[in-house]
Amino acid sequence: MGDPIKVIKTPIHLDYQVLAGRDLVRFLNAIAEGKFIGRRCPSCKKVYVPPRGGCPTCAVVMGDEVPVADTGCVTTFCIVNVPYEGQVMKLPYVYASILLDGSDIPFPHLIQGIEAKDVRMGLRVKAEWVPAAELKPTMESIRWFKPTGEPDAPYDSYKDHL
Amino acid sequence: MGTEMIAPYVLEYTYRRSVGPVLGRFLAALREARVEGARTPSGRVIVPPTEYDPDTGESVGEMVEVGQAGVVTAWAWMSEPMRNQPLDKPFAWALVKLDGADTAILHAVDAGSAEQMASGMRVRIRWRAEREGSIRDIECFEPETR
Repeated sequence: MGDPIKVIKTPIHLDYQVLAGRDLVRFLNAIAEGKFIGRRCPSCKKVYVPPRGGCPTCAVVMGDEVPVADTGCVTTFCIVNVPYEGQVMKLPYVYASILLDGSDIPFPHLIQGIEAKDVRMGLRVKAEWVPAAELKPTMESIRWFKPTGEPDAPYDSYKDHL
Repeated sequence: MGTEMIAPYVLEYTYRRSVGPVLGRFLAALREARVEGARTPSGRVIVPPTEYDPDTGESVGEMVEVGQAGVVTAWAWMSEPMRNQPLDKPFAWALVKLDGADTAILHAVDAGSAEQMASGMRVRIRWRAEREGSIRDIECFEPETR
């Protein structure tokens, strides 16, 4: 008998179809217009971006839809140094939680236009949108976030949003 | 606004796994169109082989060759095969206890229709022509003709 087999390939491939709910559809349509929207919880008053149907903390139906700026600050971040299949960004790059002005819940996106080692908590950033003609209802309409050059946000301004 | 939005979302993990010495030998035997099981200290033959006796946890002993045909002990009909399954037409998933084995192996049975399937029926291995040491070297099982 030939040599024993040592290693086998066991790939896992999962083909999902994701159905965006009502709030995500409204959010993505706003993205296609180059705008962010959120939704405010009537109980804790926090603004969620992307908007949700219900507040996960208070367990109540969300209230008003509110416009949110495309500027904000980095709360936490990680520097990606590990290559993986399908990667498009040049290493090292930064993936950060960004607290948009007018929102209370950070959401994740790329940071560019600054050396990875210089990214820090409180860094002020602004969304870099694709050209208006290329805007679509997808997060890829935002290429990444870039520093605005403003002074860093003070820790107290985001310490409750980490 | 208000229209439905659906998007594809594909997750893929390109895993490789080491199979260990016992399954490694089992797979190498499949490459030669033979099926080997592991004999436990109590004399049972485990197919596909494990490294340890499932009853006592003792290491298994020698590898022994078992038959190329056996009995269906349980089955379920797959009316709409999915991507990468053994057959691209309706088939049965079945547990097959090969002649000389004391446990059953899970594989596909190309039976044509669910009406042709029954627990207790005899099935035989259909080997793939080009084998590489994979469970897919067994293309499927087919009902044994007498």
